[in-house]
Amino acid sequence: MAHGNPTGWKRWLFSTNHKDIGVMYLWFAFIAGMIGFGMSGLIRMELMEPGIQVIPSVFGMNDEQARHMFNVLTTGHGLIMVFFMVMPALIGGFGNYFVPLMIGAPDMAFPRMNNISFWLMPPAFILLLLSTFVEGPSGMNGFGGGWTAYAPLSTSGHPGPSMDLAIFSLHVAGASSIMGAINYITTIFNMRAPGMTLHKMPLFSWSILITAFLLVLSLPVLAGAITMLLTDRNFGTTFFDPAGGGDPVLFQHLFWFFGHPEVYIMILPAFGIVSHIISTFSKKPIFGYLGMAYAMAAIGFIGFVVWAHHMYTVGLDVDTKAYFVAATMVIAVPTGVKIFSWIATMWGGSLRFTVPMMYAIAFILLFTLGGVTGVVLSNAGADVALHDTYYVVAHFHYVLSLGAVFAIFAGLYYWIGKMSGKQYPEFLAKVQFWITFIGVNMIFFPQHFLGLQGMPRRYVDYPDAFAYWNWVSSWGYLVTLVGVMLFIVVMAMTLFKRKKDVADNPWGEGATTLEWTLSSPPPFHQFNELPQIK
Amino acid sequence: MTDVVLKNRRMAGMVAGVVVGMVGLAYASVPLYDLFCKVTGYGGTTQRAEMVSGQATDRDIKVRFAANVHRDMPWDFKPQQVSQKLKVGEQGLAYFEAHNPTNKRIIGTATYNVAPHKAGTYFAKIDCFCFTEQVLEPGESVVMPVVYFIDPLIEEDRNLNEVTEVTLSYTFFVMDDEDAETLTGR
Repeated sequence: MAHGNPTGWKRWLFSTNHKDIGVMYLWFAFIAGMIGFGMSGLIRMELMEPGIQVIPSVFGMNDEQARHMFNVLTTGHGLIMVFFMVMPALIGGFGNYFVPLMIGAPDMAFPRMNNISFWLMPPAFILLLLSTFVEGPSGMNGFGGGWTAYAPLSTSGHPGPSMDLAIFSLHVAGASSIMGAINYITTIFNMRAPGMTLHKMPLFSWSILITAFLLVLSLPVLAGAITMLLTDRNFGTTFFDPAGGGDPVLFQHLFWFFGHPEVYIMILPAFGIVSHIISTFSKKPIFGYLGMAYAMAAIGFIGFVVWAHHMYTVGLDVDTKAYFVAATMVIAVPTGVKIFSWIATMWGGSLRFTVPMMYAIAFILLFTLGGVTGVVLSNAGADVALHDTYYVVAHFHYVLSLGAVFAIFAGLYYWIGKMSGKQYPEFLAKVQFWITFIGVNMIFFPQHFLGLQGMPRRYVDYPDAFAYWNWVSSWGYLVTLVGVMLFIVVMAMTLFKRKKDVADNPWGEGATTLEWTLSSPPPFHQFNELPQIK
Repeated sequence: MTDVVLKNRRMAGMVAGVVVGMVGLAYASVPLYDLFCKVTGYGGTTQRAEMVSGQATDRDIKVRFAANVHRDMPWDFKPQQVSQKLKVGEQGLAYFEAHNPTNKRIIGTATYNVAPHKAGTYFAKIDCFCFTEQVLEPGESVVMPVVYFIDPLIEEDRNLNEVTEVTLSYTFFVMDDEDAETLTGR
């Protein structure tokens, strides 16, 4: 453990320290998140009123180009939020920073691989941004085929190099995530402090362990599928081209074999964070600890056998659909176990409504709402009507934008004192919570109505009948914008404080995991003598 | 310490092996999916048979014919009959005609399926122009037969009780021509 404390740019560029890398991941996620949020702003402003007006004037385009640009924006927004915001924040950021602390390890198992994992992310992100500036379909820039990149739109529909850059971006980001996952699995299996058995391990570490397994099993399939896209595009293979005996539907199978576990990759770490916060501010250990851990394992496992519920409209036969409906609905059972256990933890607890707790409770509420619409959509019959409508958009934004992102906010407020040694301003942060809460619900709740009325997603324009709720939704975006601005103010007020003002354990009795036994911020190298867990 | 390092490396190696295995599985899924479609009639994939099997029943099925070409394919391609009515288990014979209006020799191949997809398992072809590549010289026209029957096993599948009409669809693609580069846009 004879490491020095490197300073200056070397500390960050050559970093092998899990806490520094975690912090860099969080900053990266913040920057990418702002860009993704900006894209959604353009989308919402364009949709505020019927007609095509905002994008042509912002980018100086004709209508034809604006239609494509809108799809480039939705594609970019999706890819950025999934791969460059939620995953880096929850897995790379909080995972790196807190998993070693929670399991009593001095660092990750492979600190230098950890460095590569992080430093692959900026080039991947740059590749994705570059793809929007080069030709996609002939005469227009960027890839506009959605984050799912279905063939044939992603093969013969976008002959320009834009799609190739996006594919490379996903390759690099995928390699980064896979290395990260290998690192987490090894760290959690081999580097726990003496006495820290798997069944005593904090739930956030459990969530990261299961997430890492999902990554290792699903990301290589995406890598394979997009490599096939790449060779179909450039080297004359015909994996997805019927002319050579291929089948475009195969791409959808491969994509969703990755894509469905991916949504659990994004939400399981959020479950872990929320469990810690609910327990801390109820001053009670989490209700049904083992049930919580194995519920996550069950969700992860079932997540691999439900992928075709994204594909009810491709012509699956009725028996196949029946299976995927049933399997999908089964996921509601372990998820219900988790919701129940969180509520049971709060039941009879000594509740304190700090900002992280408010975000965690909002998470439970909004995630449950998104889960309920998910059960609606899992019905193949209902899905045929709702497929690719705003109902689906509302559903996955409730579980991700209001679920996973709220968990990121919750974790940030919960741990910012630990990470920086400076506590956030409580009142202003509460204002920030309420504005954000109202804003995001105003954006996404009306989208349920739009979807039920039949408004399809991924269109730049819509009939006048949909105008009212689109208008409300876009105003919701502006409210959320105020919330995000205030978030930046709150974080700046926290980080620019002159003095460190956080005790080792500012939350008191309920915060029982190992990170609260260390100073705030923790020392550069911790646990040189491994802690003993009784 | 070295003990932990060794343990870590072994663990990382195992997980990396899983990663490689999953990439392999993704590629293995391509032939497996193909096989799966052929065996189960998934996606309306039709079956191949040497001769008519089973007893003809008196259930009538109307078979409709659709002929399409890929946008890069200049052939005129159409069925000679719009539809045929026949009994389940009875052998049917239909003709398609193709004409090459260009002054180039073009090799084409047809993909095919039936709608509704669930009828694919019971639609058997004894002989079909889609089994082989077709070559059309400049200006040449051909008439191509399809010999087929509806498998009497269809009577035992209650999911197909309401099916009275099946559409057999072909799409011709360019396999090769004198200047394939410009035609397929690759």
